[in-house]
Amino acid sequence: MTTAAKLPSTESSVRSRSFDTGFDVERIRGDFPILARDIRGKKLVYLDNAATSQKPRVVLDAVSRYYEQENANIHRGVHFLSELATSEHDRARQSVKSFINAADAREIIFVRGTTEAINLVAQTYGRANVGAGDEVLVTAMEHHSNIVPWQLLCEEKGAKLRVAPINDAGELILDDFAKLLTSRTKLVAVAHVSNALGTVNPISEIIQLAHQKNIPVLVDGAQAVPHMKVDVQALDADFYTLSSHKMFGPMGIGVLYGKAQLLEAMPPYQGGGDMISSVTFEKTTYNKLPFKFEAGTPDVAGAIGFGAAIEYLNAIGVENISRYEHELLTYGTEKLGSIEGVRLIGTAKERAGVISFVIEGVHPHDVGTILDQEGIAIRTGHHCAQPIMDRFGIPATARASFAFYNTKEEVDALANGIQKVREVFA
Amino acid sequence: MPDLRDLYQEVILEHSKAPRNFHALAQANQKAEGFNPLCGDHFTVYMTTAGDSIQDIAFQGSGCAISKASASMMTQAVKGKSKAEAKELFDTFHKLVTTGESNGDREDLGKLAVFSGVSEFPVRVKCATLAWHTLQAALEGKQEKVSTE
Repeated sequence: MTTAAKLPSTESSVRSRSFDTGFDVERIRGDFPILARDIRGKKLVYLDNAATSQKPRVVLDAVSRYYEQENANIHRGVHFLSELATSEHDRARQSVKSFINAADAREIIFVRGTTEAINLVAQTYGRANVGAGDEVLVTAMEHHSNIVPWQLLCEEKGAKLRVAPINDAGELILDDFAKLLTSRTKLVAVAHVSNALGTVNPISEIIQLAHQKNIPVLVDGAQAVPHMKVDVQALDADFYTLSSHKMFGPMGIGVLYGKAQLLEAMPPYQGGGDMISSVTFEKTTYNKLPFKFEAGTPDVAGAIGFGAAIEYLNAIGVENISRYEHELLTYGTEKLGSIEGVRLIGTAKERAGVISFVIEGVHPHDVGTILDQEGIAIRTGHHCAQPIMDRFGIPATARASFAFYNTKEEVDALANGIQKVREVFA
Repeated sequence: MPDLRDLYQEVILEHSKAPRNFHALAQANQKAEGFNPLCGDHFTVYMTTAGDSIQDIAFQGSGCAISKASASMMTQAVKGKSKAEAKELFDTFHKLVTTGESNGDREDLGKLAVFSGVSEFPVRVKCATLAWHTLQAALEGKQEKVSTE
């Protein structure tokens, strides 16, 4: 594989090639310092990537280099460091722009993460365009962050939140979704990939259906971007959101992508410095995009770290990541699905990154504690998606979520851990 | 390193699989709901009290092995006790699951002493005490749902 050779990676003597993808996972693991540590005397098996991913050395170095060598406020001074910090911040924006193939860097708004990105759209586009009797359409598989901002908006405006149903496999029922698109629908907000089930939604079809009725679509891409190539122009998404920390960058930063035309027409989100052109007590004029939506001193180090994460992903190649993870997920699904007493929750044909499961007679919380004793980190609970739990009639699930640094051996360790759970509760 | 067997003692596993007093009480004059929003554990505690005495107690709901076994064994432990005795028992139990110690009151705890291993697993303390907090709310006649958060 040629792409692996370009990796900003330390040399590794181990060259295990998992599956037939030629993906050098051992070499990649060497880029992530935390993966070398022990947990309770056992090797860490980190399978909680949908909650947050680990960070490669290049990201950690970029953040510390910024604070050690480049720290200054941006867009402020004429001095050397301020210019350097500003240009590094701009470069990070360009990296995000290219990564999701936005038409223009002005369409990349830095925010704290996907949650803030969705709230931004609800509080600006939503308040300006959703009125009494209107509807916002979401799906039954949304994360709370793509439910509650719309509930707040609907409550304020006397609008209604509609929910498109999912089937027993955890797939959106597209016919029902289409029927819910009416003249009252002012916005569709939908996850690209479900954080609790791993379902990959047919985003292109969803957007086409909505656009046929001139309804804009916000796509929550937090769980998609770490696993697959996303092209916002090809999708024709109106808004697309991402969180750096779920894609190997620092916490506390993310991006709202919006079509320039929509962003231009939206009122500002927060007021403050940097988002204005001029201020008098009589009248303030707002800055141009993207700064109109970036009030106050931004997380410059976060943006630079995020940019470094994207460069790292580009060096590996997102298509290579997708291919490897597909093998890993298929292997994991077969392995876990064949364990007696294990029921997989979410069996959509198209899935990414996540295996959610329950073990007969054992509460997921107990599963999590027992696996933790083996050094295996998974998430247990409702995954900030309580409506999904209600849909499947369960209080919670155990969720193993993968990144490209996970291995077949780690899936085996998880399977052995599950056997141990069954022994304790036998 | 904490041992799983300290947490998942046989008695606890047995109660989680076959909880006692696991039903509603039609004639209950005091009840309360408890909820752990982090993991979704949810219990209702029902009581029939006469004067200061807890004459009958039962519970319903869903939760992990620790929370369910704790609720089950709590109902056994406080049935027939006075309200003051139940509160005192909760104090002793709370100390046990948070510190692993019990002030030499271990005998008062009786079977509840099996929960001492919970102190080795700090994130599970809320599981062990959810039913007890709910009991306390029922005794105090609180209307709002009890939350661990």
